[in-house]
Amino acid sequence: MSPGLNDRRGTWRVKAGLAEMLKGGVIMDVVTAEQAKIAEDAGAVAVMALERVPADIRREGGVARMSDPGLITAIIDAVTIPVMAKCRIGHFVEAQILESLGVDYIDESEVLTPADEEHHINKHAFKIPFVCGCRDLGEALRRIAEGAAMIRTKGEAGTGNVVEAVRHMRAVTGAIRKLHGAGPEELVMEAKRIGAPSDLLEETARLGRLPVVNFAAGGIATPADGALMMQLGCDGIFVGSGIFKAENPSARAKAIVAATTYFDRPDILADASKSLGKAMRGLEIGAIPEEELLAGRGW
Amino acid sequence: MTTRRRVGVLALQGDFREHLAALRACEVEGVPVRLAADLEPVDALILPGGESTTMARLMEPELKTAIRERTAAGMPVMGTCAGMILMARDVQDGRADQEPLKLMDMTVRRNAYGRQIDSFEAEVESAAIGGAGPAVFIRAPQVTERATDVRELASHAGQPVAVKQGNRLALAFHPELTPDRRWHQYFLSFDGESR
Repeated sequence: MSPGLNDRRGTWRVKAGLAEMLKGGVIMDVVTAEQAKIAEDAGAVAVMALERVPADIRREGGVARMSDPGLITAIIDAVTIPVMAKCRIGHFVEAQILESLGVDYIDESEVLTPADEEHHINKHAFKIPFVCGCRDLGEALRRIAEGAAMIRTKGEAGTGNVVEAVRHMRAVTGAIRKLHGAGPEELVMEAKRIGAPSDLLEETARLGRLPVVNFAAGGIATPADGALMMQLGCDGIFVGSGIFKAENPSARAKAIVAATTYFDRPDILADASKSLGKAMRGLEIGAIPEEELLAGRGW
Repeated sequence: MTTRRRVGVLALQGDFREHLAALRACEVEGVPVRLAADLEPVDALILPGGESTTMARLMEPELKTAIRERTAAGMPVMGTCAGMILMARDVQDGRADQEPLKLMDMTVRRNAYGRQIDSFEAEVESAAIGGAGPAVFIRAPQVTERATDVRELASHAGQPVAVKQGNRLALAFHPELTPDRRWHQYFLSFDGESR
């Protein structure tokens, strides 16, 4: 509405800035407009619109692709909070379609079947921002170099098991802590060792954190899981299958939202965790055949 | 330039860390506010950017009451983006259950500029900051109606984007996302309540 002549759209500050606004919040996977409304009612800061939650993608197998644009539009129309959607790794045309639909953030996601086994999308070419998954600092900085304005841990989506998200968050924060006090020549060698651009590694060392917002994702199923990830140093939480695969999605969603805000208050967490009904069943990582693990997708 | 010692920042969700950093840069102590008790030691309050629906949901009734009472007693309050929405008397295109704090006599429309693709940066000029400054608009709100004593401090493309009523200041944009601290310094110059 009535734009100014010299307004600058799609700038880095505007892209990374939306992620700053989501901090301390919970982004929830939804597969219908109804679920999107439940998520918004529960206090979600954004929803991820998709056809199947990761637990179902895992169970059904086959090639997982971008969701039906009709479904994404229905979800956009149903809520007032930002709407995200996933495209396949390297599938820049799916990303172009999502941008044209007006989604607010694109997740170039390992939960879908990769479309390119060598290249991720050049995310600088888009006006809307991208979030990408990572398992360690090098992977996070490679995605930022390609234009990701927000990072999340990969975890192991659709398992309801937080162990991989913890591993990935500790890998990132631990690697950042080790940069403290390193000289310029040591940073160059570390950048080479982890496969990260040295300018971004230098910036990370200077800030003592990633240059963009970093959420936790992949296996979060309870309020305590969310608070655990916040105490480990993430900026907010993605919950995929953990809400709508649980017995009482609305109560669980509200509880995880409260737990993300009051992550350092065990008394409030205890209250929020009461009488939520059964959590999603969950999978042990060791019981999943290696070729079915999602976190290894992307590089 | 100010005798204010502690400024609270509503820290339920959103970019409260950026406001706390901006306060540090102004050499003022910032205090995160999540519960009603956190409000007691502060002399002024900032409502940050974020998701207004989420913040409204997370704000406990005691905190809402305390903010309303302190503001009525004269505590200076600044809201940026979602903070502006929380300060409004009425919200358009919000949710039926989204009860704002009603700290200023104005109506604000959520996401008035459109979706993220329409988010933008611009230069905004105001006598309050002595010239033009950078402004980041992210899924920004707009003031659609206001009482006569809600004064326009800055406009962009014909719309008010900074408004002030008494010692309540609402900005449609995010000064905290830029290194320019003049809007924070301007807010810190407001007279406080007599306690």
